[in-house]
Amino acid sequence: MTRVPKQPTVAVARKRRTPAPPEETFLGMPAFRHGAKNALANTQQRRNLRHATGTIRAKRAAVVGEVADWEGLRRAGEDVKNDVLAHLDSYLVQFEEQFTKAGGTVHWASDADEANRIVTDLVRATGADEVVKVKSMATQEIDLNEALEDAGIAAWETDLAELIVQLGHDRPSHILVPAIHRNRSEVREIFLEEMGRYGTAAPGDISDSPPELAGAARIHLREKFLRAKVAISGANFAVAETGTLVVVESEGNGRMCLTLPETLISVVGIEKILPSVADLEIFLQLLPRSSTGERMNPYTSMWTGGGSGDGPHDVHVVLIDNGRTNALGRLHGRSALRCIRCSACLNICPVYERVGGHAYGSVYPGPIGAVLTPQLRGITSDIDASLPYASSLCGACFEVCPVRIDIPELLVQLRHEVVEKKSHARVPSANQAIFAGASWMMADARRLTAAQKLASAASRILPKSGHLGPLPWPMSKWSNARDLPNPPAESFRDWWKREHEGGRP
Amino acid sequence: MTGENLEASVRPTAITDPGAGRPGAGKTVALFATCINDTMFPQTPKAVVSLLERLGCRVEFPLGQTCCGQMFTNTGFFDEALPTVRRYAEVFAPYDYIVAPSGSCVGSVRDQHPMLAERTGDRSLVERVRAVTARTLDLSEFLVDVLGVTDVGAYFPHRVTYHPTCHSVRVAKVGDRPYRLLQEVRGITVVPLPAADQCCGFGGTFSVKNPDVSVAMGADKAHHVMETGAEFVVTGDNSCLMHIGGVLSRLNSGIRPIHLAEILASTEGAHP
Ligand code: SF4
Repeated sequence: MTRVPKQPTVAVARKRRTPAPPEETFLGMPAFRHGAKNALANTQQRRNLRHATGTIRAKRAAVVGEVADWEGLRRAGEDVKNDVLAHLDSYLVQFEEQFTKAGGTVHWASDADEANRIVTDLVRATGADEVVKVKSMATQEIDLNEALEDAGIAAWETDLAELIVQLGHDRPSHILVPAIHRNRSEVREIFLEEMGRYGTAAPGDISDSPPELAGAARIHLREKFLRAKVAISGANFAVAETGTLVVVESEGNGRMCLTLPETLISVVGIEKILPSVADLEIFLQLLPRSSTGERMNPYTSMWTGGGSGDGPHDVHVVLIDNGRTNALGRLHGRSALRCIRCSACLNICPVYERVGGHAYGSVYPGPIGAVLTPQLRGITSDIDASLPYASSLCGACFEVCPVRIDIPELLVQLRHEVVEKKSHARVPSANQAIFAGASWMMADARRLTAAQKLASAASRILPKSGHLGPLPWPMSKWSNARDLPNPPAESFRDWWKREHEGGRP
Repeated sequence: MTGENLEASVRPTAITDPGAGRPGAGKTVALFATCINDTMFPQTPKAVVSLLERLGCRVEFPLGQTCCGQMFTNTGFFDEALPTVRRYAEVFAPYDYIVAPSGSCVGSVRDQHPMLAERTGDRSLVERVRAVTARTLDLSEFLVDVLGVTDVGAYFPHRVTYHPTCHSVRVAKVGDRPYRLLQEVRGITVVPLPAADQCCGFGGTFSVKNPDVSVAMGADKAHHVMETGAEFVVTGDNSCLMHIGGVLSRLNSGIRPIHLAEILASTEGAHP
């Protein structure tokens, strides 16, 4: 496969500094089923996803199975997060006090634009024209890299998978493993083609063995680490009691960013609060086991404010809302804010496994994306309205979620919201008419009986093969790839009436 | 007529109970056939009737019943689901045991009816709904927990594989009851299904709202079923079975879908 990097179509005065992401934006994406259809046709991606999710599922199951009271741990995690969400106002103020006392500066951003503006100004104030980044979902969510690029500041992703995505002119398709849709031969091609344009090139004779690929990334990144004056991170947890931020990672590249530069800016969702340091005991068990399938992640970095010794002296946190208070105000939706972004629900999801992340039209794909995105953005677009339906409601996500988010229940509640929204349209949709009709029928057994008689009558004139093959629309949605059994000559209730009630059906 | 005689004449004695001596003796069961079985798969509720009667139960089929309403609820049409909730609570109110051959519909009744009733703010409806939904059981639960049997006297000399449907496991929580029932069937060979816990892709209206993903999931399930070399694929839910069977049929796999109840109902003299 040869890769053609996308070039910006509009003429820009200044040359881009970092690789351009794909042109289409998430919000402009079509409804889920269209994106899903394209994704299903990508057989390489399907093989990659099946392999990767299968491996990580097995690892998770093994390390979760060895915890004596995993259920108790899940409930403890759920309780702490529920407490945080119920008293978020006071915990946030407490966090601000403590963070400030420790020498850091707290900034508040109500939406993505405001957060991007704050970060851009902070970077500009240092005089730097580039930053290194720790893997962070919050900065993906606000599309910080592009905001910085527009301001002439280069943002370098340093997480290996994020680097692959960035160099590949791609979008992340997974919370934890953003390049999960790529296999190593694709990674090799991306490195060979792109690394040299943005820094140290990959060796020309590089193979697709993981150690060689990691080695190339190490050399490419090291140069950026040593040069960087500013780092940008997210945080897995923000401890209110002490004002401490916590980042959990596997590679150590995050640790490099968090310790080498002089200025550290962390962009953190307001729901990341934990009341006390002691609560980490629960979450540092729940997260790695659910996430990477490890007992403990290799690197856990914690910092409380700035200082005059080693590490960054100038420390900032930008606390972002960006739709979170919207979700917080919902009785059912609120529970989605318990999410610790472990990605267990993505890895277990049969829909995600086949379709991958891009069809979800958001940096949050999979089951959690399907319930979080429509709440953060509001159900404003086709893609948002289709997300709650992007699930067979099999319930596997709820079973693995370390903070017990009942995702199937949330999906059903959000579907109800979509239906309500559409019911205000002046012209009722075909869907509404069908369900209103079916509801009328099911309200009264006599009406159901009448419908069954029609089906039985049809069965008498249908071919005797026992099943129906391809049928015209709308039945084609079923029958394009599946046969349908012939309706029986007699419904159960007619048989019952004949046999037991002595009456004529 | 003396008082003593009168009492003796109206109280049924053990001798007159047709189920006497059998596990279901003295138990009256209301069969909730479910709309899809009633309309498309009448052989399944018929099998439930013959099985439960064989075990000594008295089976009634309240004719006012329609549907659990799950297709409305799960698509987001809560108001449209409500008539089925009211109807269900009314029709089944008189019964101690309401039994359905569907983990999914039972799950919907127990899990979603109370939520839908709560939305109306009508306390008396909520009370009635809670009472009746708590008495609703999947066939496998009724057999194992209430009748206390796993050997139901069935005979089915075939190689089968069982797919535990998602809602039967994760919503109704029937656990390993269907396996225990299958294991006791004489003549049967039960082959484990690879990746059994993965969804088959039916998902109610998901199967037509996202047909491509649904079929991709169904194709994987069908391939796993074929790997087992089974003659029959068994589930406790005809809706999922219609999907898996539809894919298997299109592939001309020669593997037949069958509901658990039909296997449990078959005996030496009569099996499909
Ligand atoms: S919803 Fe639960 S399982 Fe999914 S990413 Fe969040 S915490 Fe993990």
